[in-house]
Amino acid sequence: MTPSSPAGLGEPVLVSPLVRALPRRTRLAIAGARLAGATSRRCGLGGGGVIGGRVALKLDPRALERLGRGRTVVLVTGTNGKTTTALMLSRILTSLGPVAANADGANMPDGVLAALVAAPEAPLAVLEVDENYVSEVATQLRPACLVLLNLSRDQLDRVGEVRATERELRAVVSRLPGTTVVANCDDPLVASAALACADPVWVGAGQGWHGDALACARCGQAMTHEGVDWRCTCGLARPYPRWTLEGDRLGLPGSGSVPLGLGLPGRANAANAAMAVAAAVRLGVPEETAIERVRSIDAVAGRYRRARVAGHSVRLLLAKNPAGWRETLRLLEPYTPVVIAVNSREADGRDMSWLWDVPFELLAGRPVVAAGERATDLAVRLTYAEVQHTVARDPLAAVGSLAGESVELVANYTAFRGLKQRFGDG
Amino acid sequence: MGDSAVRIGLVLPDVLGTYSDSGNATVLCRRLVWREIPAAVTEIHYGEPVPSSLDLYLLGGGEDEAQSLAADHLRSHPGIQRAAARGAVVFGVCAGLQLLSTGFLTSGGVRHEGLGLLDAETSPGKRRAVGEVLVQAASGLGVEPLTGFENHLGLTALGEGSRPLGRVLAGTGNGDGTDGAVTGRVLATYLHGPVLARNPALADLLLGWVLGAPPAALPLDEVSTLRAERLRAVKGGHRA
Ligand SMILES: [Zn+2]
Repeated sequence: MTPSSPAGLGEPVLVSPLVRALPRRTRLAIAGARLAGATSRRCGLGGGGVIGGRVALKLDPRALERLGRGRTVVLVTGTNGKTTTALMLSRILTSLGPVAANADGANMPDGVLAALVAAPEAPLAVLEVDENYVSEVATQLRPACLVLLNLSRDQLDRVGEVRATERELRAVVSRLPGTTVVANCDDPLVASAALACADPVWVGAGQGWHGDALACARCGQAMTHEGVDWRCTCGLARPYPRWTLEGDRLGLPGSGSVPLGLGLPGRANAANAAMAVAAAVRLGVPEETAIERVRSIDAVAGRYRRARVAGHSVRLLLAKNPAGWRETLRLLEPYTPVVIAVNSREADGRDMSWLWDVPFELLAGRPVVAAGERATDLAVRLTYAEVQHTVARDPLAAVGSLAGESVELVANYTAFRGLKQRFGDG
Repeated sequence: MGDSAVRIGLVLPDVLGTYSDSGNATVLCRRLVWREIPAAVTEIHYGEPVPSSLDLYLLGGGEDEAQSLAADHLRSHPGIQRAAARGAVVFGVCAGLQLLSTGFLTSGGVRHEGLGLLDAETSPGKRRAVGEVLVQAASGLGVEPLTGFENHLGLTALGEGSRPLGRVLAGTGNGDGTDGAVTGRVLATYLHGPVLARNPALADLLLGWVLGAPPAALPLDEVSTLRAERLRAVKGGHRA
């Protein structure tokens, strides 16, 4: 991916009116960030944004607050769909003016800061934030709008308690009375957090995964689910949504519904679109404009796009956790050969147990290759799923081993990142 | 399914499934079916009665609140306790280990009564034990070294009525150099992964108890390769 701020070493540091108003310490921090970012890019160490952001936060710990001041900021968080929803929102909000965005998915404070540094004059900012950093980022940026997508367990061994995340989000929401919260009311954990806001915009965006939400977030008792409704004896219950996703149709506030007709596949992306449209309309974009702009998106940060690899047309898909894998396996073209690439580095989570929460049984009846650094763990899972497969640790060699034109390549986080780099899109 | 089918109970998968524990049921079921022994998995959900008629019960991992819910439910519907009394096999992992024991303290300091099938008490430790584990199984069980992944805060002390599943060679386990607990045909461990996918000998030990004799050999190349990889990783010092 091309870095969005091409400010290279030796170029004059761009000083916008906004930047000029900043304290010297913050200006220095920004200059430091640009320098570090450019050096990192020149040395081939990647986009450079994150290292730049890290440098800036060292030089001025309040840089985030200062760089966000005077802008309309939207934060997007949740376990799945952050990058896609943020892309949708920035595509929509561009109709109002220039938008600063961390489209590279660098969603910790340093990545967020880098996005603001890269677009100092943009009056709008759409930033995806890792759910465990929302408190820190939102406290400094005081966003106009906070979009809460869903909460389910991500990496088992790193963060663990999704409930602790919910409590933290709830606390942030109650500390920010001026922030509009747009929340998925079909996710009980999200709803519990959003209820700390006086007047949230509820979206019935659906939930594919109930595994982490049986015990009530508020009182720990067992909740009951009936159709789309869920409730607890303590009073926590599904709020009535303003916007409702029904298959591919989006039910509008008031009455009526429109077909979404997205360029991106799958139920999860329809949910992301519903959330993005609801947030954009709340920020003043007309409904039709919002929906039209969301339709035009057909790739997200290298996902869903096709690449020529070893004589095949390969579609690259990312899945990071059981909920994401369930959605992604449903998107696969029938009968098309599949390569599954899984690693277990720090960013993926070291624990591979999640493989057993994914219905790999769905892959039976087509050629399957297990790849990635933990290909053996996957091969054992596929064996017990009675899915015929071969093993080739290198994902590109795995693609090369297949016959036929089209290949679906599904990878988890670091495996996906590695592939994007090898496709010349890193 | 005829009377000869082995009936496996997956206990509260909606509450105790944090470490993808249904994988253990998948493994046991396939290992029976591949040997042409009929098998069926019954999911016992929260709020439903717990049957006492099954042959083997599996309890998995869960966070504090979920574990407390499970303890209440399983004490008020004592199907597992009745089944164990007539010799059914019970296997617990992580929270499952704590639930099967006499009692456990959650991190909030509240003690919950367990099912009392294992003589063990658990209290929260200072920091989470997270990473790859290697356990030398107790002699007499006749199983190879156990490989798995652990992620828990609990420190478990065994009483006279249970003996450890084995000795920890790498990792934390119970926190005193041992892992797990065994009393009769009730067996539990801190290892997930799922542990039966990584340790076919342990899976077959449980199945042998149900069948009354050790099942026929079932070599799987993928599993042997995985075991070799995981043993190498833990010996190379990459515990996480
Ligand atoms: Zn409640």
